[in-house]
Amino acid sequence: MGELRLMKGNEAVAEAAIRAGCDGYFGYPITPQSEIMEYLMSEKPYETTGMVVLQAESEVASINMLYGGAGTGKRVMTSSSSPGISLMQEGISYMAGAELPALLVNVVRGGPGLGTIQPSQADYFQSVKGGGHGDYKIIVLAPASVQEMADFAKLGFELAFKYRTPVMIQSDGAIGQMMEKVELFDPIPRRTEEELIAQCPWAATGKPKNRDHIIITSLDLDPAGQERVNLKLQAKYRQIEEKEVLFEEISCEDAEYVFVAFGLSARICQKSIDMARAQGIKVGLFRPITLYPFPTKQIAALAKKVKGMLVVEMNAGQMIEDVKLSAGCSVKIEHYGRFGGIIPAPDEVVRALEKQIIGG
Amino acid sequence: MTEEIIIAGFGGQGVLSMGKILAYSGVMQNKEVSWMPSYGPEMRGGTANVTVIVSDERISSPILNAFDTAIILNQQSMDKFEKTVKPGGLLIYDPNGITHHPTRKDINIYSIEAADEAGKLGLSKVFNMIVLGGFLHLKPLVAPEFIHKGLEKSLPARHHKLIPDNERAIDIGKGLLKPLQVLN
Repeated sequence: MGELRLMKGNEAVAEAAIRAGCDGYFGYPITPQSEIMEYLMSEKPYETTGMVVLQAESEVASINMLYGGAGTGKRVMTSSSSPGISLMQEGISYMAGAELPALLVNVVRGGPGLGTIQPSQADYFQSVKGGGHGDYKIIVLAPASVQEMADFAKLGFELAFKYRTPVMIQSDGAIGQMMEKVELFDPIPRRTEEELIAQCPWAATGKPKNRDHIIITSLDLDPAGQERVNLKLQAKYRQIEEKEVLFEEISCEDAEYVFVAFGLSARICQKSIDMARAQGIKVGLFRPITLYPFPTKQIAALAKKVKGMLVVEMNAGQMIEDVKLSAGCSVKIEHYGRFGGIIPAPDEVVRALEKQIIGG
Repeated sequence: MTEEIIIAGFGGQGVLSMGKILAYSGVMQNKEVSWMPSYGPEMRGGTANVTVIVSDERISSPILNAFDTAIILNQQSMDKFEKTVKPGGLLIYDPNGITHHPTRKDINIYSIEAADEAGKLGLSKVFNMIVLGGFLHLKPLVAPEFIHKGLEKSLPARHHKLIPDNERAIDIGKGLLKPLQVLN
């Protein structure tokens, strides 16, 4: 068994990044995720693994530092919360276009605008539907526990390099701030220059005499060339959709109804399941773990088995669009949400199920 | 076994650290735990509270609105959390500064004069551990040796010299509980 610790979600993702062989962190402070950089600064990985930890002058600078670091094949990451992630969207689109791997962490807070510092899930559209311009996708992982904050840092880097794409961990203020038991994986050494050159032949690592320049860019003024770039990206996304879907089903075997929820909402729904089942209501939970790629086939199959689905989100109804696209019109699907930093209580969710799905 | 606890009081009373020591002791005993603090504007207003769950099973919601136990250290918290104790549950409070005492008839109520006693003994720094000692006497969720490990893990090394005071405070807490209402 790995080392057991009690950690905040923000601390766990930071520790896991060091252990996953991260080469550099670039970020700018914002509540409720400031502990990520605070933890890295206090751990001083630059003295142990050689990982760079840098407070940039802004979020825009951070994401462009990531572009540069990723272009040389380094494992780089940034973190922020909703308004800061909005500032990064141009850079994320450029990285998707230039096919650069990186780990992005969004510890979501309530919006729109400066909003609030309390937890929210209102950035689903931004993460999943492409917050920046152009036809691109990024892989989005939605942790529901502090353990997953740690595990997904490692998984995130793996997927980022496997597909040469930015990967986002979409967490929220509650999972960032709460402490739970974490089993930490053993540290993976940072790659040596030789390993990096061997594993990332696309990276700008300096030009030897026997090959051409490597140019990292998202610009191709020739439309035929830019269409080829797009076709290549789309082929990659189809492959990701085929191979990388992650989800969890709880108490779905005999369920007549299901909650569909991700992240913190999924944890709340687990308590709601206990309460509802004590009243004789057979309800289960379907939890998408990857928000992109979305578990479309699994939702479609589930929709054929149950009498109704309640999509529970801390937003005004975002993931429900993907649930409806997956399920079609075969079953009743309703949304229950709280906004602006309010977290729904487990009994409130049971009442919503009774009112909107069972009674409605 | 799952115990859902709210600990609430003023910032500076050691509410969050009491929860953390309890949670870390649970981790040391390989239980599942969660520690969910109030943060942000609420905390900056002077009150602090934390939800701690200790369980033998995977923990579902870390956010709750009904608790097995409420540990209450000021009047605002009494006003807010007395009503959130589940029927048959437990409320422990320090009467210091409390003007409206609890009135529920369907819960177990104990007082613990921890602030007074801590002042008398010159142990103000570990006031919160006196309260924790009282709670653990009624609900022995974690064994004493794991509390010791929890203290070692949650206190920074420079404060390890205070561990004996912390453990003494936990012992003192056991003797300070006053049952005010005990249900059959």
